[in-house]
Amino acid sequence: MNFFETQHLTKRFGGLIAVNDLSFGVEEGEIFGLIGPNGSGKTTVFNLITGSYPITSGTIQFKNHRLNGLATWKICKLGVGRTFQVVKPLRRMTVLDNVIASAFNHTGSLHEARDKALQALEFCDLIEKKDYPAKGLTIGDRKRLEITRALATEPALLLLDETMAGLTPQEQTEGVELIRKIRDAGITIIIVEHIMHVIMSICDRILCINYGQEIASGLPAEVANNQDVIEAYLGKD
Amino acid sequence: MKRISWPTIVVIALLVLFPLVVQSDYYRHIFILSLMWVVIGSAWNLLAGYTGQVSFGHAIFFGTGAYTAGLGVTKLGISAWWGMLLGGPVALLVGLIIGWICFRLRGPYFALATIAIGEIFRLVAIDWRSMTDGMDGILIIQSFRSKLPYYYLALALAIACVFAVYLVLRSKWGYYFVAIREDQDVAETIGISSFRYKSLSLMISSYFTGMAGAFYMNYMAFIDPHVVFSLHDISIMAILVAIIGGVGTLWGPAVGAFIMVWLQEIFRSAFFGLLPQWVSEAHVLVFGLLVIFVIRYLANGIVGDWSKITGDWFKKKQLSYSSSGN
Repeated sequence: MNFFETQHLTKRFGGLIAVNDLSFGVEEGEIFGLIGPNGSGKTTVFNLITGSYPITSGTIQFKNHRLNGLATWKICKLGVGRTFQVVKPLRRMTVLDNVIASAFNHTGSLHEARDKALQALEFCDLIEKKDYPAKGLTIGDRKRLEITRALATEPALLLLDETMAGLTPQEQTEGVELIRKIRDAGITIIIVEHIMHVIMSICDRILCINYGQEIASGLPAEVANNQDVIEAYLGKD
Repeated sequence: MKRISWPTIVVIALLVLFPLVVQSDYYRHIFILSLMWVVIGSAWNLLAGYTGQVSFGHAIFFGTGAYTAGLGVTKLGISAWWGMLLGGPVALLVGLIIGWICFRLRGPYFALATIAIGEIFRLVAIDWRSMTDGMDGILIIQSFRSKLPYYYLALALAIACVFAVYLVLRSKWGYYFVAIREDQDVAETIGISSFRYKSLSLMISSYFTGMAGAFYMNYMAFIDPHVVFSLHDISIMAILVAIIGGVGTLWGPAVGAFIMVWLQEIFRSAFFGLLPQWVSEAHVLVFGLLVIFVIRYLANGIVGDWSKITGDWFKKKQLSYSSSGN
């Protein structure tokens, strides 16, 4: 059995099928890329995994838990962390308090949560800005805060939703380093990303979807050269 | 834990000494009401200011606490002081049930539901005559002639409530409450059951508001549904107290309580009889203007924008100084 697995995952919004019979597995310690053109259903897949939307049919399996129908906060407690594509800092809290709030996931003590939060901030190189109000951060730092906050919940599986979008090339390079560092710390990652050189350089395997359906999967090089993938992104002649 | 700061000790000491220095029952009465409103305002603030769940129905809990104490006398024949013990838990239970129903709603829809339930409670208290004696209300005999015992009881309640809020804010619960206020979806994804923690916040809030209601029954010795389940005199007053003082600040409701109770009294007495009687009718209008002023210029209330108030004055003084210097 895979570390993480979906089987025949389907989501309908009325007449629209956003995710259609999608089955894929992720192995422990992997960086797994989920790509596809705009509106292909990537973020919807994340919302299904974290229980933000109810699943129409199919199953989601994480370690030996079935995630179907579980509340979002329970899924987090089981060890699935996520970041949001549109960043959502807790605006009227400091950076540190943002991270402390999520570090309470597996402890009741403020002292312990604070220590965990400081560690996570150190790890993500955001420690110098810990006393800033979260609403005052630049977009790059907000994306970093998203990741820090997700890490502070101590996930085994981390879902990263376009954490590189809108960043400068320099910030992207730092972001790639950070993602590798997270994987080296033993956390499995599923990443949704549009920036191709990022996805090609860090992913172990990639799944490309369009209209909620799988069109290709495999090693980055295989997927990049797949005719269907190229057509989905660039259109046919 | 941080040591309690100097200003806090000074304020508490002054409040302890106040009735010993001031013998007038009138001023003691105003202070007793102010302290009671510190409790209600702080309780409302925990739920609305820190957890982001704006309630227009805190009269539900106040009235429940008051009627728990009152019905203990009329129906069970026990002392109204049992209400101080039972009023909180009964209000908490009511809060738990209301939360279970209403926390499925978010934002303004939650607020609307609390208005509706508040009105239901008021109407039931009016119409269920066999239980509540309807608009005849409940009259008991006060235990003490002196205001002193009531004063110190109200002071103890106020300190307990503010201190409880202080402790909650420094715990996991406090962080979770504020996280829910800032973004409920994020709260869920970092492992917070928003339903559970909103309910906890409401339970603490309704407990203290219920205690205040039970205190009111004991102190005023008379309640009727229009007084204790009042939308504007209790539910909206609780909101005004917090807004004027500062929503989402620890001391805001305490400051707001003293300002609002004094203002209400000044207008009720038509500036202590100095102005014609019709002025007393204008207090609602003045409250309205005050709220407009605070929202426009001090959006975080007097406590929340204190640095702005003092900062602005300081700046103006400096400006006038430098211009006269030139």
